[in-house]
Amino acid sequence: MRLNQKNKPKVLWFQAITCNGNTHSFLSSNDNRMKLFLDSFDLIYHPSLSVDISLKDIIESDVEIDFLLVEGAITSNERFFSISGETTTLLLNQLVSKSKYLIAVGSCASYGGLHAKFEQNEDIKGISDSLDVDNLYSLNHPVINLTGCPVHPEWIFQTLFTLKDYKKMHLDEEGRPKELYYGLAHHGCTRNEYFEWKVESKTFGLKEGCLFYEQGCRGPMTHSNCNKILWNEVNTKTRVGMPCIGCTELDFPRDNMLETKKNIGIPDQVPLGINKRAYLSLTGIAKTFKIDRLHKKLID
Amino acid sequence: MSAKEEKKNTIIENSLKLFSKNGFYNTTIPDIAKSMKMSVGNMYNYFKSKEELAKYAIKYSTNVLAIELKEINNMDISSKEKIYVFTKRYLQSVKKSPEVIEYFLRVYLSNREVFNEGCEGFLCVSEFVTEVMILLDDGAAKKEFRQQEFFPAFAMFMGALGGFAFLSGEKVLEKDVLSYSDAVAENIYRALKYEA
Repeated sequence: MRLNQKNKPKVLWFQAITCNGNTHSFLSSNDNRMKLFLDSFDLIYHPSLSVDISLKDIIESDVEIDFLLVEGAITSNERFFSISGETTTLLLNQLVSKSKYLIAVGSCASYGGLHAKFEQNEDIKGISDSLDVDNLYSLNHPVINLTGCPVHPEWIFQTLFTLKDYKKMHLDEEGRPKELYYGLAHHGCTRNEYFEWKVESKTFGLKEGCLFYEQGCRGPMTHSNCNKILWNEVNTKTRVGMPCIGCTELDFPRDNMLETKKNIGIPDQVPLGINKRAYLSLTGIAKTFKIDRLHKKLID
Repeated sequence: MSAKEEKKNTIIENSLKLFSKNGFYNTTIPDIAKSMKMSVGNMYNYFKSKEELAKYAIKYSTNVLAIELKEINNMDISSKEKIYVFTKRYLQSVKKSPEVIEYFLRVYLSNREVFNEGCEGFLCVSEFVTEVMILLDDGAAKKEFRQQEFFPAFAMFMGALGGFAFLSGEKVLEKDVLSYSDAVAENIYRALKYEA
C-alpha cells in the first residue's frame, strides 16, 4: 500500500484492545464498495495490512490524518496492554492531535465493550473517555461512535463518504450517526408477523417464529439497520435464526444474551417506547388468535 | 359517558343479578326487560342478543376489578401489601355486589359455549389479566415474589379469591366473609413469595 495519494483524505486505522472482528468485517465488504473506498481515500495505515510506514513513523512525522478510525478499547495500564511499549491511551492521544475526525469502529472503541467487563483492570474505556483535555476540543467534529460487534462495513463507508462530502453528521445521544442508527433491528425483520401474533420460535436456526419471547432477541429495542442493510448483502442474524443480541447499544454485552429475562413468565423489558401495561394487554389479546399458517413450516 | 352507554350499564347491572341468580339459560331477555321496566323491543336497541349482552357483562364485571387492581398497582406500597389490599377490596365486592363475582364463576366459567366467539382466551377479561400480570411482574422484579411460570402463579392468585367467593355464595362460611381477608391474602402471598 502506498502513502501520499495526492488530494485524497487520509485514513488511519488504529487497533487497541480488540479481537480484530471489525477488521474482519471491514475486509469482508463488497468488492465494489471497497474499490470505491480505496479510490476515494488514502488508507495510510492498518496494522493488518502491509503498508510502507510504521505507526511510530506517522506519529513522529508531520502528516495530517483526516479520519482516525479506532478499533478496540483503550487502557492507560501498560501492564495490561501496550503497543511497542506505549499505552494505547498515549498512542490514541498522539494520533488524535494530528487528526480532524475521530471515529470509533465497534462497541469496544465506543464504550469499552466486552473488555470493560474485565474486573482485574478498571481502566478500560472507550475512546471518548480516553481523550486528553486538549484533544477534546481539537477535533473538527464530535467523536463518532459506530457501535456494533462488529460494525457493518457499509456503516464505515457511509460515515467516511458523508464526512468527506458534507463535513458533518447528526449524532444521537450516544454519539452514533442518526442516519445509520435511527431505526431498530426490528425494522425489516422477516419475523415481524410472528412477533405481532406472539408465535415463538421453537429453537435456534429456524426460519419460523419470533425470537423475542424466549431467545432474548433485542430487535425491538436495538438501534441498528441490520435488517435493512444486510450483511454480505444477503443476510442477518435474525434471518438465520440467531437473535439480535443488541450489540449496537450502550449496555452490550449483557449477561445471558440468548435468554429473555422474565418475571413470572412476563418479559422484563418490552419493546422500546411502549407502555408495559399496554404491551401486556395487546400480547394477551394477540395470543388469543391461533393462525394455523404461522404454526407451520414455511417450506414443507 | 353518553346516556345510551349509561343505560347499557344499568341493563348490564340488572342482568348480572339475574344471570348470577338464575343462570344464563334460565334468564330471558323478557326477564331482563321486565326487571328494567322496559319493553322487550327497546332492549334490542341496546343489545342485539342475549349472547352479546353476556359478553358485555363479562367485560363490565372484570373491568370493575381491573380498575381496582390498577389503582392498587399504582400505589407506592410493597407487593405483599398490594395482595392484602386487593384481597380486602375483592371480598368487599363479594359482599356488596356478589352478582359481579358470581357472574364470573357461575356464568362465564360454566357456559363457555356462550363466549366461544369474541371472548376467546383472555379477550374479554384482558384488562384484569393485564393488571394481575403487572402485579406479578413487578413483585418478581423487586424480588418480593419468587420466579415461577405465569399460569400457576395466576391460578394461585385467582383460584384462592374465586374459591373464596364461591364459598361465600354457597353460604357455608361460619363468619363474615371480610373477616377472612388477611388469612386469604396471607395464603396467596406465601404461595408467591420470594425464597432466598
